[in-house]
Amino acid sequence: MERTELLLGDEAVASGAVDAGIGGAFAYPGTPSTEIFEFIEQEVILGEEVSADWSANEKVAYEEALGMSYAGRRALVSMKHVGLNVAADPFVNSASTGVNGGLVCAVADDPGMHSSQNEQDTRWYAEFAKVPCFEPATQQEAYDMTREAFDYSEAVELPVILRLVTRLAHSRSAVLRTDQKQGKATRYGELLPLQDFRDWTLVPLNARRRYRDLLGKQPRLFEDSDNSRWNRLELKGKRGIIVCGIAINYVRECLRRNPGDDWSILEIRHYPMPAGLIRQMVEHCDEILVVEDGFSFVEARLNGIMGLPDKTILGRVTGHMPASGELTPEIVAAAMGHPVQPGQGHPDLMAGRPPQLCKGCPHSDSYIALLEATREYENPILFSDIGCYTLAVMPPYEAVHSCVDMGSSISLSSGAARAGYHPVVCTIGDSTFVHSGMTPLVGAAQANLPITVMILDNAAVAMTGIQDSLVVGDQLVDLIVGLGVDPEHVHVMDPLPKKRAENVALLKKEIEHPGLSVIVPRRACIHVGRKKKKVAEAIKAATEARA
Amino acid sequence: MKADIILAGVGGQGVLTVAKVVCEAALGRGLKFKQAEVHGMSQRGGSVQTHLRIDEEEVLSDLVAQGQADLLVAVEPLEALRYGTWLAPEGAVVASANPFVNITNYPDVGDVLDRVAGYERHVLIDAERLAKGAGSVKAANVVILGATSVFLDMPLEELQAAIDRTFARAGDRIIGINRRAFAMGRAAALAYRDGLGKGAASKDVLAWLVEVEPDALIGDEVPTYEA
Repeated sequence: MERTELLLGDEAVASGAVDAGIGGAFAYPGTPSTEIFEFIEQEVILGEEVSADWSANEKVAYEEALGMSYAGRRALVSMKHVGLNVAADPFVNSASTGVNGGLVCAVADDPGMHSSQNEQDTRWYAEFAKVPCFEPATQQEAYDMTREAFDYSEAVELPVILRLVTRLAHSRSAVLRTDQKQGKATRYGELLPLQDFRDWTLVPLNARRRYRDLLGKQPRLFEDSDNSRWNRLELKGKRGIIVCGIAINYVRECLRRNPGDDWSILEIRHYPMPAGLIRQMVEHCDEILVVEDGFSFVEARLNGIMGLPDKTILGRVTGHMPASGELTPEIVAAAMGHPVQPGQGHPDLMAGRPPQLCKGCPHSDSYIALLEATREYENPILFSDIGCYTLAVMPPYEAVHSCVDMGSSISLSSGAARAGYHPVVCTIGDSTFVHSGMTPLVGAAQANLPITVMILDNAAVAMTGIQDSLVVGDQLVDLIVGLGVDPEHVHVMDPLPKKRAENVALLKKEIEHPGLSVIVPRRACIHVGRKKKKVAEAIKAATEARA
Repeated sequence: MKADIILAGVGGQGVLTVAKVVCEAALGRGLKFKQAEVHGMSQRGGSVQTHLRIDEEEVLSDLVAQGQADLLVAVEPLEALRYGTWLAPEGAVVASANPFVNITNYPDVGDVLDRVAGYERHVLIDAERLAKGAGSVKAANVVILGATSVFLDMPLEELQAAIDRTFARAGDRIIGINRRAFAMGRAAALAYRDGLGKGAASKDVLAWLVEVEPDALIGDEVPTYEA
């Protein structure tokens, strides 16, 4: 049954996966990818029998999806770009083991760093692992490509990357959904027969064989890319544009306003790069502009180290467009020789309005207590992590001295303590702790390092819009003790203004303890109730819309 | 119709709801559109903006290019100025006159309102006051939407129907409040434009509007500004 829905790019991927018949969706929240999994959660409530529970982190999510694939069922795993760093080990090795049921890994990159610590480009990961990558330009393509990616994954027995960027992930448009896929490997059909388990067992004997198999698949991947309907070459004038992913929208927008232009155009949305089409383009054109949102993936390879004789390549490396940041219609129009005229701004009267901790946020009380407890030290190190609480980097707190990667606050503290630094205190959220903080805490506990770890338990993954956290409350305290922390130095505190003096005294005492202490400020995020109501309303609306 | 719109405000002011209503109306007209949002920070008192592009033919870029917006709509006046570079020379600005001061370096409010009033085609609305008059201060975003309708080439009944659909789940009382908020915003915008058309300064028209009962704006005899 066909139907048109208003979907974010993220939701288009999710609906494509549901309609491709996935048996499971796996993810850890991360902007701008979170809505992929959230949409599937909603579909589950509406009756789709897809397994969908948040995973502890992206590595776990990837492995769970891979396990489902090995067992013969289609699986989707989704994450933000830096999440693939966490999942890189299983991802890269799954290219060698291959897959059974279709496995699609949807990764949302964040050019411009709207809410990320870098703007790494997932196309490099796909190339590194030698697997195919699709890069949709529209919401409809996000849906269509996701469906196709599952078929293709089964055809080449490889995981397929679906690369999104923030601008598509978080932009809404009408999407036509078509009939659901039935049959083997889908949740409606039988599991595919198991493959030879030696293919999944990458001891050197098997790993060498499987790596040769992976290399053997490469010529087919290049051939498919040259023939893909997502890679199109139109030769016209001697000036050409190679345009990747979503950037085609900005190029077409400029062409619509300047119909006299006769650029030759090569659109790339299926990787590995279509080498044959690129060669045709280069032969035909004297000058080539490369337009891609993210790193200079195509441009760098086109120019190589030696450059192309008698050809001019223009792009981000050459300074023809900004080397970093998100592409915009005005950047692309200027690169195509048609700069737009900006309107009247007001830089002299402008003030930034950065996000901040909400009024009544439990983290505020935790940080106020921490600052007061460490006031008498000259230079306390206050490492932190990734979540809402990172907003305490801003005044009036300025109590966050690091934000590197998930879980790093505890390992950074261990390193600083081993260097002889004191005091070292770190803050980490309950969900970030379960994601990647447990493992460094084990080591810190075994060595009884003199650090104070504050695990801020607000009962939610708040920064990404309130998702359920896996371990909270008393279970979190049990977990901390279970990891080897001396129960005498594990404390729960109420981050409330009226408890401030008590909390400061506790923190002071534990900071002076010459071993490991863990303090758990426990109070639910003020948005938890609101979110539940919102989800219930959304589900009701969706149910009514379907009825 | 074709409209490139920037909608702006502060997290929690209902900017995305305004966008949703306009999308619903566009869908009702069989138009094509794309609406690009910024997520992740929206609950935390930061700037929120969304690009909404509506067209009869396929919408290509998800983003409005700088200098191309037909409409700049803001539920907060400083947030209107923030996106001034997006406005086309012939574009219109609709902004709430109520500052949301959650930063220590908020500029002088008078200066901010003067700058908004400096745009040739603009409307400034005391949205919170009218929203209270309509029944809830939360409806300030829909007051702004009503004011926006003055510049939007979209049948009123389509926008009203979209409001009804958007708030359907909240019940009849909330629908009623939002209908009134919409009507008051539209009437206030027309009265404001009328006052400016008579050669009055923005400040004087705003000062006069503060004295007008919100209900009078949607009554049988709508008061007009007299110098």
